[in-house]
Amino acid sequence: MTFIIFKIALFLILLSTGGFIVYIIKQKKIIFRCSYWVLFAGFIFHTAFLIHQYYILETAPVISLKSSLSFFAWCVIGVYLLFQIKFGLRVLGSFVAPLAAILMIISSAIPGMEETVPPVLKSVWLTVHVMFMFLGDGIFAITFLAAIMYLIQERHIKKKTRGSFYSRLPSLETLDLINHYSLMYGFSFITIGMVTGAIYAQYALGSYWRWDPKEVWSLITWLSYAILLHERLTVGWRGRRAALISIICFCILLFTFLGGSLWLSDYHSFKNLGGITGR
Amino acid sequence: MIRIVNIGMNHESAPVELRECLADDVSIPVKVLSLMRESSSIKEGFFLSTCNRIETIYTTDEPHSAKDLIISMMSEAAGIVKDRIIPHLYQYEDMEAIRHLFRIASSLDSMVVGEPQVLGQVKEAYHLAAVKEKTTGVILNRLMHKAFHVAKRVRTETGIADNAVSISYAAVELAKKIFYGLEGRKVLLIGAGEMAELAARHLMGQGVDSLVVANRSFERAMKIAESFGGKPVLFEEMESQLSEADIVITSTASTEYIITSDMVKKNIRKRRNRPLFFIDIAVPRDVESKVNDLQNVFLYDIDDLKEVVEENSAQRKQEALMADRIIEEEVIRFGKWLETLDVVPTIVSLKEKIKNIREAELKRSLSGLGDLTPSQVRSIEALALSLTEKIINDPILALKRAAGRSTKDTFLDAARKIFNLDEK
Repeated sequence: MTFIIFKIALFLILLSTGGFIVYIIKQKKIIFRCSYWVLFAGFIFHTAFLIHQYYILETAPVISLKSSLSFFAWCVIGVYLLFQIKFGLRVLGSFVAPLAAILMIISSAIPGMEETVPPVLKSVWLTVHVMFMFLGDGIFAITFLAAIMYLIQERHIKKKTRGSFYSRLPSLETLDLINHYSLMYGFSFITIGMVTGAIYAQYALGSYWRWDPKEVWSLITWLSYAILLHERLTVGWRGRRAALISIICFCILLFTFLGGSLWLSDYHSFKNLGGITGR
Repeated sequence: MIRIVNIGMNHESAPVELRECLADDVSIPVKVLSLMRESSSIKEGFFLSTCNRIETIYTTDEPHSAKDLIISMMSEAAGIVKDRIIPHLYQYEDMEAIRHLFRIASSLDSMVVGEPQVLGQVKEAYHLAAVKEKTTGVILNRLMHKAFHVAKRVRTETGIADNAVSISYAAVELAKKIFYGLEGRKVLLIGAGEMAELAARHLMGQGVDSLVVANRSFERAMKIAESFGGKPVLFEEMESQLSEADIVITSTASTEYIITSDMVKKNIRKRRNRPLFFIDIAVPRDVESKVNDLQNVFLYDIDDLKEVVEENSAQRKQEALMADRIIEEEVIRFGKWLETLDVVPTIVSLKEKIKNIREAELKRSLSGLGDLTPSQVRSIEALALSLTEKIINDPILALKRAAGRSTKDTFLDAARKIFNLDEK
């Protein structure tokens, strides 16, 4: 049953991705509207799936690579749906939907589905920690996409080429604003996520900080975003430089997420959690 | 037969000095419309005046006296003798007039084809005529609404409004790709010139609210600033103004760069990296091209802008053809509706006559029938009504069908004779 719900969500997200790609080429508002609502429907199904998983596992469904990729996709879509309401930036969907679709495809390609989890992982603190971390990552994914859009648009304007993206992408300042807001929100979420993670570690493992490689890399990620945010707010970094740095930051984040969970880590590793595929 | 006539002048037919005389005084439209209302030869009237065009559209039974009236009205309002105005006027009638109005509303007749302001101006002028001055009637109301509909179709179905085809408009479009909305932005205008001022005017039209003018001659700066409601500054202050402005338009006659890369660089920190857009319209150029290499600073000179315009105009020509097709369609549709209007008076008087007969006969019969219950009276009335309605139903349908055909006049003539509608 849950399997079918996940498949429906996957199908709807793929469908809307197709729609969003047609939208950026054809520029017809109606295509956007359809894609948006299909994506929304996919999001609802996905949410239902995650709630069901949470109910079965009694903890956030992120303990294998399979489930965390799907949860990450859910966060990215959720953040986009909110940003769409605030900024009304239709073209962003054409960047977000493919990213979410790729995450979902990888997730669904990994076989298996976890059924039981060790009791140590059944904690409210863990759920809160994971929720905030992933939502923060999802928001940073938007920062990243907005930065890429910024660089494309900036290049068109500086080189005076006006390629096919020029008319489709929004203004530079709009993209920079998205970068700015998503950075602020993402940073707050990550910070809360790290604090709650430390509290959970104290509860479950007896110490706030254990120099686990993923913890260290998370700290590095957090620091790089902190520097970017600081420079933006005090010195007034903007535009191209801010976009480039936020892309670098996101690469560090991805490395932390994948490297930390697959190869480097001790107790953050999926091997010790649910395995890559779940058990 | 009623005619729709359009007399006017636009940016092609008349020089700006003449258009100014009629466009500058805001009380003119009200004066013209009330004259139209009082005149016996003009049935319905509409008057539009913008800085690019003056248009009168009216319906009349007596085209000649109406035309004389309109021309003398214009010459009086402008304070210029008739003979000086007449050579600059054009006149369109019926289908031509309808087409011309549709083209105006769709911005196909504008100096900058596709610019969106003109539709707003037409709507405003219509509001004045229809609501405040009440000079429009059945025909013009429908015509104007149709014009708005056509404009909307042209805007959504063709790409006519998508691309900028004038230098100044291209500059505005670029600014929109750099800034998050143009409201509240500051423009610095350095030097003077028609194109620079046009660009500034376009920007002001997009919500830019403050303009600073720098000129080597402070007197000239004051004069330009006054015409825009801006602020004049000394030419030497220009550099410090760079830290405030968002968009800088330069068009001086200087043979050297007046804005160098170093000058801009110094201001970047003060601006906290806010984007800065230079529009250099001057030949030779006023802004050093290295400026474009600075982060968050964008420079477009006249050649860059010309390139944008050329790219767009080729595309625009295609779109204009499509737009003209839409307009042709709608003109034909409106023409058909107008033709049905010709048979309306005959139908009305036919109905009127039948109604009079019915009422007179009912009165006579009812008084002769003595005491009847109210329900009996009602059924007799219903009988009379349905009888008369059914008898004239087919003739009315035949007249309506004839409306669009060449035999229309024969039909109308026959109907009026058969039913004896012209007796008085």
